[in-house]
Amino acid sequence: MSDFLRELHDPDIPVPEGIQSAVAVTRLDKLLSTVYNWGRHYSVWPMAFGLACCAIEMIAAASSRYDQARFGMEVLRPSPRQADLMIVSGTVTKKMVVPIVRLYNQMPEPKYVLAMGACASGGGPFKEGYNVVSGIDNFLPVDVYVPGCPPTPQALLHGFITLIKKLDSQNLGNRNSMPWYSRGPSDAVPIPVLGPDIIDPRQLHLIRRYAAQPEPADESAAVEAEA
Amino acid sequence: MTEHAPTADTVLPADDALNQLSARFGDALQRDTRPGYEGLIVDPDHLVAVATALRDDLGYDYLASATAVDYLGKGDHFEMVYHLCQTSGGPPLVLKAQTPRETATLPSLVGVWPGAEFQEREAWDLMGIRFEGHPDLRRILMWEGFAGHPLRKDWKEAYYEQDQKPFDSRWPGGHVRRAEELVPYGRNVRYPDGFSPEDYEEIAETPQARGLSSLGPGVEVEELATDRLVVNLGPQHPSTHGVFRMSIMLSGEEIVSLKPIMGYLHRNHEKIGERNTFIQNMPFTDRLDYICSLSNNLGYALAVEKLMALGARYQPPTYRAEVIRVLMAELTRIVNHIWAIGFLLNDLGAYFTPMMYVINERELILDFFEAVTGSRMMCNYMRFGGVAADLPERMRSEAQLLNDRVRDVNTMEYLRDLITERLPRAIDQIDTYLTTSEVVTNRCIGVGVLTREDAIATSAAGPVLRASGVPYDVRRADPYSIYPELEFDVACRTHGDVYDRYLIRLDELHQSLRILNQILPRLVDTEGEPIFAGRGGMYSPRVPAGEAYGRVENPKGELGFYVVSDGGQNPWRYHVRAPSFINLTPLERMCVGHKVADVVAILGSIDIVLGETDR
Ligand code: SF4
Repeated sequence: MSDFLRELHDPDIPVPEGIQSAVAVTRLDKLLSTVYNWGRHYSVWPMAFGLACCAIEMIAAASSRYDQARFGMEVLRPSPRQADLMIVSGTVTKKMVVPIVRLYNQMPEPKYVLAMGACASGGGPFKEGYNVVSGIDNFLPVDVYVPGCPPTPQALLHGFITLIKKLDSQNLGNRNSMPWYSRGPSDAVPIPVLGPDIIDPRQLHLIRRYAAQPEPADESAAVEAEA
Repeated sequence: MTEHAPTADTVLPADDALNQLSARFGDALQRDTRPGYEGLIVDPDHLVAVATALRDDLGYDYLASATAVDYLGKGDHFEMVYHLCQTSGGPPLVLKAQTPRETATLPSLVGVWPGAEFQEREAWDLMGIRFEGHPDLRRILMWEGFAGHPLRKDWKEAYYEQDQKPFDSRWPGGHVRRAEELVPYGRNVRYPDGFSPEDYEEIAETPQARGLSSLGPGVEVEELATDRLVVNLGPQHPSTHGVFRMSIMLSGEEIVSLKPIMGYLHRNHEKIGERNTFIQNMPFTDRLDYICSLSNNLGYALAVEKLMALGARYQPPTYRAEVIRVLMAELTRIVNHIWAIGFLLNDLGAYFTPMMYVINERELILDFFEAVTGSRMMCNYMRFGGVAADLPERMRSEAQLLNDRVRDVNTMEYLRDLITERLPRAIDQIDTYLTTSEVVTNRCIGVGVLTREDAIATSAAGPVLRASGVPYDVRRADPYSIYPELEFDVACRTHGDVYDRYLIRLDELHQSLRILNQILPRLVDTEGEPIFAGRGGMYSPRVPAGEAYGRVENPKGELGFYVVSDGGQNPWRYHVRAPSFINLTPLERMCVGHKVADVVAILGSIDIVLGETDR
């Protein structure tokens, strides 16, 4: 039995011996999911979008030595409308997170985010900086994190493979797994505002509560009080 | 060698200037007598007059760097520090002007050196010093509306823990304390007391904040109503080389005015650098110009070594260390220039094919870097007084891709093959296929011209300056390391257009190969010699109080580190004179009058890296 058939076959359904090598019996949603995932598996189009040092290794991964084209990912699209993967390749600053969220909102579903490097995953070496966001996951849902500073091209390729595995596991029959087929448009991520510091509209209640009054003398007390 | 030998050994530039100018300015101009400091302190009222005299009468026509220092608790004043150079060569003259912290106002020097424009804006943005007479004093790295001036010593960031590293334990009492727990928002944010988000109106994106007047500079007012179109380029654009952004005002297809908007990668390098210990900054310099991490290392090591040399027990780097440093710096130059050429072709429309070829060569050099330093890009290799490790005897590839041949070669053989065979061939290939290509010549010749006078006035550096006919190269003008004993020519071209900036990179590639060919025998001769002067001191160098400005000729231009120490473990002030940042000052002049499609070619020919532009 070919790999593809084996993958398609539902092990709970018995198939008479003798025709096993040629027949796969499966449920409809599984059949559709497999075909659907197989179709997009080799055609993930990342957005051409370099942020910082990690972007250089991302470009290296696209070069002939590492050959990202093997995964069908060599088509880097400069426009978010044509892309399904956002590689956040570098330090996310407060100034930059506004356009990043906008770009993410412009990408059509299904869309994925890959956080490349320490900075995009959690702030990295510059985490303490006043203009640095401690990881893009403060604002966007991240599918794959690739550690490293910068991750080598090999590590990035591993990230791609991980993403493809995630893609393969998504099931058309399950609403939670493919929310973009549920009814109604998906919610856009609220766009942060550049105020005296970056303002995330989802944190307005906290800002109202803590900024309106002078800071308590012991900051950790405030956190505990909240908890 | 250049015909202009530096005068440093005989007369210090500051003494010379003081002798000549003291009659005119009397007490307004004084020597800086603080121990470890050099240069002249000028009374702010006379700053412009002194600067003009220095430029016109003494030949200090080039403003290399301008930055501010906050002496909180050490006199409570801001000090603006200018490093002035003569394009004929020689060490810089340091000029300073002080202003009390409360008033924080100084006259602007943009009228004397237009190259001060962005640097003064940066000082206003980060330090809060007002420059009277500055044509366009807006924030440059942070956004309009941001609360406070973050480089002031009394300004604390949200994740503030302590003034200096190493910090106390983050594991006090047996449980971890994370930075997120220090702020009630669980994020890296803080707001002024009494701030109400409902009443806030965002001003970061208003036309004023972007510096767009309805008329460009020098445009006569006409009564005819012509519509001007504002085009926004970036920060997400495949040809801006990162997160750079420009607001371009067009009349038809023609550019009327262009304002760069930066700060999208402002990673607070300098604030973090002042909390770090001296050695902790070394890996951060890797991330400035992330294509040239090794030569950034060199610049920082030179600056701190200059400071250490003020002390008693300082030992300069050994000869082998210097040889390795130059080897690394020149290989880095090759990496940078082939990358820049590849990217220029990307911008011209030859999308990614030339890039593929240059990346191949770059990978070979990166393999060598990885074998020596342990990392492909972020090498963190130089140390104060030497380098971190000697060249390994054999180069082995640890992690292999399936189609990689297993590599186990003698390092010197690999290097020799690279320098004498492989790279010359690659550079000739670039030359053959690109230099006479119609696409390149048609789109580059005569485009984005920067005249000699403008290049000097706007403090352009590196290939941009030399393509405009100024043979200024720090390796010759103010030599460091073992460059004085190496033979090479300072490449220079005269048209100042995109094509010359492309050609000059080719010239410099050839010169770098020439240098590397002289380095090879020196590497063999010094085999086995120590790579580090003295013992210990590597991680906690003894740095006496004082100031130093270390400058190197980076592939993109003069990279300077201005470091002030108060005698402790951490720099009091740590400033980076970034060539990518200052080379953008003349961008508008180069672009005005051209078509909008030329902007990417012109920008590509300047060759910026955003890690360094925004720091
Ligand atoms: S993770 Fe490291 S290499 Fe990547 S962007 Fe951050 S600092 Fe640069």
